[in-house]
Amino acid sequence: MFETRIHGRGGQGVVTAAELLSVAAFDGGKHAQAFPMFGSERMGAPVVSFCRIDEQEIRRREPIMEPDALIIQDPTLLHSVDVFSGVNPEGYIIINSTRSFEELGIAEFVASFPPHHVCDIGATELAMQHVGRPVPNAALIGGFAAITGQIGFESVSKAIREKFPPAIAEANVAAAREAYDQAKEA
Amino acid sequence: MTEESALQKVKFYQTGTHTVGNRFMSEANRTVQASIDRSNAITSGHRACQGCGEALGARYALDSAMRATDGDLVAVNATGCLEVFTTPYPETSWQIPWLHSLFGNAPAVASGVAAGLRRLGRDNVRVVAQGGDGGTVDIGFGCLSGMFERNDDVLYVCYDNEAYMNTGVQRSSATPPTARTATTPAVGDAPGNVFGTGKNLPQIAMAHNIPYVATATVADLHDLEAKVTKAMGMHGARYIHIMVPCPLGWGSKSEDTIKVARLAMECGLFPLFEAEHGEVTAVKKIRRKVPVEAYLRLQRRFAHLFKKGAEDHERIARIQRMADANIRKYGLLPQEQPDDQPLEQPA
Amino acid sequence: MLKQIEGSQAVAEAVALCRPHVVCAYPITPQTHIVEGIGAMVKAGTLENCEFINVESEFAALSVAIGASAVGARAYTATASQGLLYMAEAVYNAAGLGLPIVMTIGNRAIGSPINIWNDHSDSMAMKDAGWIQLHAETNQEAADLHIQAFKLAESLSCPVMVCMDGFILTHAYEQVDIPTQEQVDSFLPPFEPVQQLDPANPYSIGAMVGPDAFAEVRYLAHHKQMEALERIPPIAAEFKEIFGREAGGLVKSYRTEDAETIVVALGSVNGTIKEVVDAQREAGVKIGSVSICSFRPFPLAALHEALKGAKRIVCLEKSLAPGLGGMLASNVRMALRSHPLPVYTVIAGLGGRVITRKSLSELFERAGRDSLEDVTFLDLNWEVVQEQIARARELRHSGPIAENLLKALNPGLVERVSPPREANP
Repeated sequence: MFETRIHGRGGQGVVTAAELLSVAAFDGGKHAQAFPMFGSERMGAPVVSFCRIDEQEIRRREPIMEPDALIIQDPTLLHSVDVFSGVNPEGYIIINSTRSFEELGIAEFVASFPPHHVCDIGATELAMQHVGRPVPNAALIGGFAAITGQIGFESVSKAIREKFPPAIAEANVAAAREAYDQAKEA
Repeated sequence: MTEESALQKVKFYQTGTHTVGNRFMSEANRTVQASIDRSNAITSGHRACQGCGEALGARYALDSAMRATDGDLVAVNATGCLEVFTTPYPETSWQIPWLHSLFGNAPAVASGVAAGLRRLGRDNVRVVAQGGDGGTVDIGFGCLSGMFERNDDVLYVCYDNEAYMNTGVQRSSATPPTARTATTPAVGDAPGNVFGTGKNLPQIAMAHNIPYVATATVADLHDLEAKVTKAMGMHGARYIHIMVPCPLGWGSKSEDTIKVARLAMECGLFPLFEAEHGEVTAVKKIRRKVPVEAYLRLQRRFAHLFKKGAEDHERIARIQRMADANIRKYGLLPQEQPDDQPLEQPA
Repeated sequence: MLKQIEGSQAVAEAVALCRPHVVCAYPITPQTHIVEGIGAMVKAGTLENCEFINVESEFAALSVAIGASAVGARAYTATASQGLLYMAEAVYNAAGLGLPIVMTIGNRAIGSPINIWNDHSDSMAMKDAGWIQLHAETNQEAADLHIQAFKLAESLSCPVMVCMDGFILTHAYEQVDIPTQEQVDSFLPPFEPVQQLDPANPYSIGAMVGPDAFAEVRYLAHHKQMEALERIPPIAAEFKEIFGREAGGLVKSYRTEDAETIVVALGSVNGTIKEVVDAQREAGVKIGSVSICSFRPFPLAALHEALKGAKRIVCLEKSLAPGLGGMLASNVRMALRSHPLPVYTVIAGLGGRVITRKSLSELFERAGRDSLEDVTFLDLNWEVVQEQIARARELRHSGPIAENLLKALNPGLVERVSPPREANP
């Protein structure tokens, strides 16, 4: 079982990110379970969502406390919420940022992870460029697909196309593609 | 001018009741109650008290609704006197399909009946919901307002006897000031119910902009039947508020029910009017205005106002001012309306 | 069709396939997505011949359903928590009238303190209202149970609640096989009412009944539930035949063969329990679990059969009966009255408190040593509880309990927000 936890702020689409991940995994023939950390969904408040991916039916219903992957939609959370809590030391981390790990103040922490397991993606910038709005989800999921290999890029684009109307979907797929390629190169 | 209005113009009122007798109407326009073919929606043998205004009001209302719909009618009933005295199984008095659910939900149940019938392709069957003043102005108020604002296809009839009679005469928000009830006893400096409280449900209904709102009284059978018939000719949410004296709760004589109801209308305390989409379209003029005292004196619930040697002139005058305000507001006196058209049958 | 879909949306689609005539909606978290989903289908015209009615309260929602059902229309609504209590009078009334309404409960705690998260306090509060109560373990089962619920309700003329854990199921995306209209149509015949308001055959429904027959009417409500015990298994079997999967039934046993400890629970927590059972089985512990699908009627015989070989029973309950402990355990004890075993009550998951595999593992180990209390509170923070008990003993004006507990849990936060005050003398 591969467990992912997504951190963001209300209004950034944290729940949608988990949903997209699960739909992409489902498209790849896997079982997936996405769910929000329920409660305050006020704009700007720190929020969490979860996605489990497995080859067989997923039965457990607890929140993910020891994630294999983290997606951090908002780097301002790094120092206000314990986003790294319980993360698998062999796991993956995707951060929405154009700044270096040094600038983010996490260089020491991420150094212990295997190579190519941690990446920062300027997902908001990619979204502004392709979609015209600061919606980082597609790019982050593109990056997730690239470094974890849990879902294929085709499944990512399918999930995006299922969720959004055609024009917006294509713009998001383009953002996801660019993030996917960037992360593969890194 | 039709034969009908010609007759109305001549005003052959009966002595005593001051209403136009059946004998002066064309046969087609005579009251349902005079017809051998009346549906008898509520048959005799029920358990209402002698002189019960609600039993009369409900029979008049439902028999005319039955005539207006050719018998394709379902009735929903709130808990209350009407429900209790017409039923206990197996001796139901209802000759029409009838449903009782709870005290406070009759309007919502009726909405469901109408919706269900529509989806079963039976929208020829029409729906009447009914309740007393407690079930309407108090506990059922939320559901009633919801039914109104959705403009559901229901005629709701409130039989107003101005208190919770079924449970032993407690105050409702339709109880008038100074009236004695079990929860507004006639003791202290200001015996009975206080001034400045209560709800005017016909006005509240009008504020929902529903297609039709009317007040009616058991004292004027033709007027009541005409209003129910008119309401059944319309669709959407409709509301009729009928004054039904309660001999037990009001302390009036059983044989005076019609008289008391007529005096309520003639003194101005219970104005008869119709409104469509929030605007008053017709009022029933008072033929001969009477002072409120004439109405109040027949009821023991107001007896403390008329104690020998200690008459409560101040509060009687205050009630008179309420009646006068109604008369002004609705233009209930003929002389205030220079164009003396017969308003009983608005065009 | 297999879909990756939100639980609420899956239920909305399943209900739509049952061709309801009247659906009443009043928003309450966490149920709201279901009626929103149905409303969207009605508005878009994909669900035909259905009246979607936005009402002004839950009391009205069920009342509208009562009226619709009484004319022979198939009626549905959904609610949760305070909403279920707000309609309580109508809940009893619908059952008393014998109207086969189906209602989803997105199980949620009841205040005060107000809490939007999952537990079973709401449906438990209505357990004796005369409704059949079915609990779903997964979203697939939630969808499937609704299809079975209409059939069961209409065959008995008795209302059915389908309970699904709020948020944990209602808001979770997982794969659900949404059946075809043909499948549902072949399983669920059109509604043929046993009573119907009809001008062609007028009668009174809902009139007063005195002491002469009231007890008999109530007995027949009990009889109906006993009949439901007979009908639920064949309905589940027929469902399997047409849809090709298991759903519903009375109880489901998991690895209970030779089990010394059997854990009994309702709803989605059974998934987590099964994982812990697997882990302990691997370590050689003789443990199994039983998931109760039909809580009302309560399957005494089926449970007796499922539990009788064990040495002890652990009832994991997401609701508390203050002053007693747990309602599930009380009911389970009745199933074991001729076969007395220790039945432990464990209160867990109240108001959304997470039930983890870790806590369950420790709990089941303690159970295996028979070192549980009669009533155990899983993962209760005893420190803040004791602090509050002491505070209330010392101070007459000890203030609102909930606030005191949260202050004790977040001392730093409180100091930042407001400096410490002098204690009352």
